[in-house]
Amino acid sequence: MATEAHAEEGATGYIIHHLTPLSVGEGFWTLHLDTLFFSAVLGGLFVWFFKKAAENATAEVPGLVQNFVEMMVEFVDTQVKDSFHGHSKLIAPLALTIFCWVFLFNFMDLFPIDLLPAIGSVMGIPYLRVVPSTDLNATFALSISVFCLIIFYNLKIKGLWNFSKELLFHPFNHWLLIPFNLLLNFVEYLAKPISLALRLFGNLYAGELIFMLIALLPAYLQPVLSLPWAIFHILIITLQAFIFMVLTIVYLSMAHEEAH
Amino acid sequence: MSINITLIGQMITFALLVWFVMEYVWPVLFAALEERKKKIADGLAAAEKGHEDMLVAEQKAKGLLKTAKDQSSDIVSLAQRQANEIVEESKNTAKKEGDRLIIAAKAQIDQEVQHSKEILRKEVAVLAVAAAEQILVAEIDKTKHQEIVNKISKRL
Repeated sequence: MATEAHAEEGATGYIIHHLTPLSVGEGFWTLHLDTLFFSAVLGGLFVWFFKKAAENATAEVPGLVQNFVEMMVEFVDTQVKDSFHGHSKLIAPLALTIFCWVFLFNFMDLFPIDLLPAIGSVMGIPYLRVVPSTDLNATFALSISVFCLIIFYNLKIKGLWNFSKELLFHPFNHWLLIPFNLLLNFVEYLAKPISLALRLFGNLYAGELIFMLIALLPAYLQPVLSLPWAIFHILIITLQAFIFMVLTIVYLSMAHEEAH
Repeated sequence: MSINITLIGQMITFALLVWFVMEYVWPVLFAALEERKKKIADGLAAAEKGHEDMLVAEQKAKGLLKTAKDQSSDIVSLAQRQANEIVEESKNTAKKEGDRLIIAAKAQIDQEVQHSKEILRKEVAVLAVAAAEQILVAEIDKTKHQEIVNKISKRL
């Protein structure tokens, strides 16, 4: 796909070029270097920023950075406390990481669409896709991790026996309906990671596409269109990060609760 | 747009991030938040206590002021009573002294009168003798009185 796209010219070529990741390897063993690089950098940025704030955190009057970080922490903590009624050392930091990381993924969307790829091409990098959340691998990595945690907590809190019973006898408590229940629960559980990943991916991929289409328009038209879209996108990227976080909390709290 | 090994890389990165945040970031920040919350709560409680203390002190001050007022009015009334007593006493003393003086004066006057009367009596007696002398001088009749004297002399 990459090679053909490179050959094409015009609008289609431009868009395909922008949607092609920088990759090495073949088939399943392909690595999207840009996704890995940017997500690692953004993750590092997030961790560095919060770690620094944590190191300097005092109970005295907080500085600007500490204030901001505390705001985030309290915001996430409120969300967790609202939906999650169990006790877990993991879930709040997990939620914070998801929110910040996904937000930073999405935030890359607001950089001028050609800026980083242009810098990359100067440095000899042919393809550069800067928004990690437009890569299905990134969003599925998050959602599959969350899914693993859902299964893990289901087994840990309810035990294998109760969890199996829930899968077999919920929602219809009759032995005849066991296959139906199993199917229903299977779909339900499977839908969680898929919807999480595809929602985020779809929103950001579409948003990025719109930016590309705007970039194809004449120069004088671009600010008129890309400014409102970018402003609207500030809402979208925050909202998507927030939705991902809240759904993660909700799914994990469901895993902690006994079926009725 | 294919799922590939990048997914695994991303999952590892994610796990590392979550682990790091869970281990080094969240507890520290949360502890600071809790500590500040406690501090603020303590501060508010202290302020509340200070306010209550102030109310109590105000009440106490009011009580003290009232006592002082009562005491001072007591003292004033006592002083007034004492002053009245003193005035009354001096009035009495003065009256007694006056009476005494009057009595003494009256006695003196009586004495003077008596004295004057005595002098006058003496003077009247002198005057009476003088007058009697005068009368005797004027009334003496030598012949007649000679006869008497002669008679007496004859008898001798």
